[in-house]
Amino acid sequence: MTARVGVVTFPGSLDDRDALRAVAAAGAEPVSLWHKDASLHGVDAVVLPGGFSYGDYLRCGAIARFSPVMDLVIAGAREGLPVLGICNGFQVLCEAHLLPGALVRNCHLHFTCTDQRLQIENTSTAWTSAYEAGAHVVIPIKNGEGRFVADVATLDQLEAEGRVVARYVGSNPNGSARDIGGITNAAGNVVGLMPHPEHAIEELTGPSSDGLAFFTSVVKALVSV
Amino acid sequence: MSSRSAIDSVPNALATPDTVLPVTELGLKDDEFARIKEILGRRPTSCELAMYSVMWSEHCSYKSSKIHLRQFGEKVPPEAARILLVGIGENAGVVDIGQGYAVTFKAESHNHPSYVEPYQGAATGVGGIVRDILTMGARPIAVMDSLRFGPADAPDTARVLPGVVAGIGGYGNCLGLPNIGGEIVFDPSYYGNPLVNALSVGVMRADGIKLATAPGPGNQVILFGARTGGDGIGGASVLASATFEAEGQRKRPSVQVGDPFAEKVLIECCLEIFAEDLVAGIQDLGAAGLSCATSELASAGTGGMRVVLDTVPLRDPTLAPEEILMSESQERMCAVVEPSKVARFLEICAKWDVNATVIAEVTDTGRLEIFWRGELVVDVPPRTVAHEGPVYDRPMSRPVDLDALNADDASALPRPSSAAELRATLLLLAASPNLADKSWVTDQYDRYVQGNTALAMPDDAGVIRIDATTNLGIALALDGNGRYARLDPYAGAQLALAEAYRNVAASGARPLAITDCLNFGSPEDPEVMWQFTEAIRGIADGCLALGVPVTGGNVSFYNQTGSTPINPTPVIGVLGVIDDVRTRLRIGFASDGERIFLLGATGLEFGGSEWAHVVHGHLGGRPPKVDFAAERALAAVLCEAASGRLVSAAHDISDGGLAQALVESCLRGGRGVAVTLPSGLDPFVALFSESAARAIVSVPNTSVPRFAELAAHHDVPLASLGTTGGAVLALTGLLEIPLTELAAAATGTFPALYG
Repeated sequence: MTARVGVVTFPGSLDDRDALRAVAAAGAEPVSLWHKDASLHGVDAVVLPGGFSYGDYLRCGAIARFSPVMDLVIAGAREGLPVLGICNGFQVLCEAHLLPGALVRNCHLHFTCTDQRLQIENTSTAWTSAYEAGAHVVIPIKNGEGRFVADVATLDQLEAEGRVVARYVGSNPNGSARDIGGITNAAGNVVGLMPHPEHAIEELTGPSSDGLAFFTSVVKALVSV
Repeated sequence: MSSRSAIDSVPNALATPDTVLPVTELGLKDDEFARIKEILGRRPTSCELAMYSVMWSEHCSYKSSKIHLRQFGEKVPPEAARILLVGIGENAGVVDIGQGYAVTFKAESHNHPSYVEPYQGAATGVGGIVRDILTMGARPIAVMDSLRFGPADAPDTARVLPGVVAGIGGYGNCLGLPNIGGEIVFDPSYYGNPLVNALSVGVMRADGIKLATAPGPGNQVILFGARTGGDGIGGASVLASATFEAEGQRKRPSVQVGDPFAEKVLIECCLEIFAEDLVAGIQDLGAAGLSCATSELASAGTGGMRVVLDTVPLRDPTLAPEEILMSESQERMCAVVEPSKVARFLEICAKWDVNATVIAEVTDTGRLEIFWRGELVVDVPPRTVAHEGPVYDRPMSRPVDLDALNADDASALPRPSSAAELRATLLLLAASPNLADKSWVTDQYDRYVQGNTALAMPDDAGVIRIDATTNLGIALALDGNGRYARLDPYAGAQLALAEAYRNVAASGARPLAITDCLNFGSPEDPEVMWQFTEAIRGIADGCLALGVPVTGGNVSFYNQTGSTPINPTPVIGVLGVIDDVRTRLRIGFASDGERIFLLGATGLEFGGSEWAHVVHGHLGGRPPKVDFAAERALAAVLCEAASGRLVSAAHDISDGGLAQALVESCLRGGRGVAVTLPSGLDPFVALFSESAARAIVSVPNTSVPRFAELAAHHDVPLASLGTTGGAVLALTGLLEIPLTELAAAATGTFPALYG
């Protein structure tokens, strides 16, 4: 049976079609979800894509978090639905308190788009099981407000529980605390990532195909359930 | 005066023929005002005056350029009939790229707003050109920009450049459009008048083209998108069509304020509306706002429209009708919709939370009638506003200093001769602002969004995949050279065309068509007018010689501060098609042990060169020779080599000559090269001459015989330069520079200047 993976389009979502393409490339059935949807249409997993939902006015992700579809995503996530938030999606997950911490303005105050080296540190989540622990990958990062911050106790807890999913290697592109590029919730079904794996699924249009494994991971996890 | 009696209606205009109107303040000349009175048979109302003033501005009417731009319609290469679906005159030209796809692309200037308020000026420049593309029925798929500033280290450049870059990024990134290339150039002539030219490209099915027309009496005119505010009032007339004096800052209210989120939603909303075939005609609101949209739609349709101006949703309820007509508030569109489709149209707008209001109805009266508070405030033949503005055949004269400038030959300048001097010159040029690594700028732009970017800066052209099944793609390059054009505007314009054409070919694509963005000083200066007409003639002749039609373009005059015009700067965008995007060529040397070849002939050509500019601050002599037959042959070699997979990298040679091309290909590929310069040529000339119609290529050893055969077949001179590998740029017997030293020189400049 093919896994069905939904991608939510909020007003201002930009990488929704890219995420749908990545889902298809991983062998799953991509399903478009609309921010006003009152149902998740039976999807097995959800991607909250990158972009500037509601223009990122007020605060990144703060308005999208209150979309009707998010009530269903939040309820599902609490019951184990795999959810991946990429960039703006990560910000939405933090605003929804599915993940701790927050993403704030880059330390250098510029939007930055670069090919970023990352180390995958946790391969037990729904979205990273296809990676080898400690793998180094190159995935584009592009954000203006991607600096992960949290209080020291939270950071220590994330580290202690192995919930740092991906860490920047070489250079830290935005000043994130402890070079954190992605984290997971305690259950491992919800992952937030600042880098964009959907832009690294083939070498023709990305720096590598290193990002595809985020999507094959969830397909594998869903099929093996 | 009460607000009621303040309405200057048509009957009021008839009754008060001698009322003094702000004619000069709105930028109209006395004879133009006389002509308006003649057309109407009375004095215009204040609303009519507002409309004519913005629509007859240089920016909207092309009154000084129109008679010269006709050449583009007269010198049409035969290729045009086959590939042009929509030509000059619509919002943007449309090109057939095969497999049922049509591509539309256009560049537009936003120079003066970007000087007054860099962030919003540049941002709304992107927004405006993207709406032009959307209006044709296309999904916008990428943007590019050509930027010119004063000296890199000038205090005002530190104000303007970061603001412009942030504005382009802030708007384009939020729209989800990859920024795939362009140029950044510094020259003292742009101090006080930077150039911000934004290009956008879109794709649609060939049968999905939309036009700016209002057919069918009874059809409803729907204004949708943002509410109308008081920003950008008179932007086209007051700001874009006058010379800057010391009052730049005071013109800030004429600059529009952009909301990229509103535009992103508007794009998606429009595409859904187009997909259901709900519009009979459509126009975006850019320069001259509602004045432009209503008069152009009516003028191109059955000739009449009846507008109820009170229905226009306002951001500021105190706006006067004249202001509503002139406002250049962003993110607005105007559609003509058959009555039976209005409900569905409004439903889609509601889905996207886009404001939509019926503001007018198409009529067959041949008049554009606008009502305000129940009174008729505009009653004009729409063609006289939109298409029959004044046309000037302005006087022109060859600049008096040109002979002296051409006689001041750059090849007489002191040259480096020792190996140490050549080494220092190479590093100095690589670090100079025009040639240095631009990632400080380009990393502020999203090049990945939409997932179809196969090439982006610093490669020679941007390449976008159009069809993921067939791998059909397009390539775009945007180039200009104001120094060349100052020395010879005819040749300078052709060199810009040749460079963009060559860049597209170097990416592996076949050049198809062009658009232009023509930046000049005041047309009221006969010497500027001469430069302008020479440039047009050069482009038209060049396009004929290269077999690439002009699809449209933009003219920006009055780029000067006081009486000093900018260097004439025609910027050319060339669109190419690539049958299989997987064969596109990067500039970086891709593997060790490959042979590097120089294609084309090198002469002693230093007039207007980067070397003369950087080392001597010199501008004189003649620009490089133009040879379109050589450019065509070179392009044929590059395209065939790419599609046949004979080469693994290619880079055009332009500013900074062979030396700079080698530097960029080494740094981009992270791999050195050992080069033996062609014998019989002064090493300085071999390295830094800017002769056109040249490129370097990297060829795997097994492909060398076939590649040499290909070059010979097209009669393109071929010289073996050396072999890739190592971590050093080595010129045998002359010098060696480690790539780390090169990289430090190239990448240090921008961060040091702008933080």
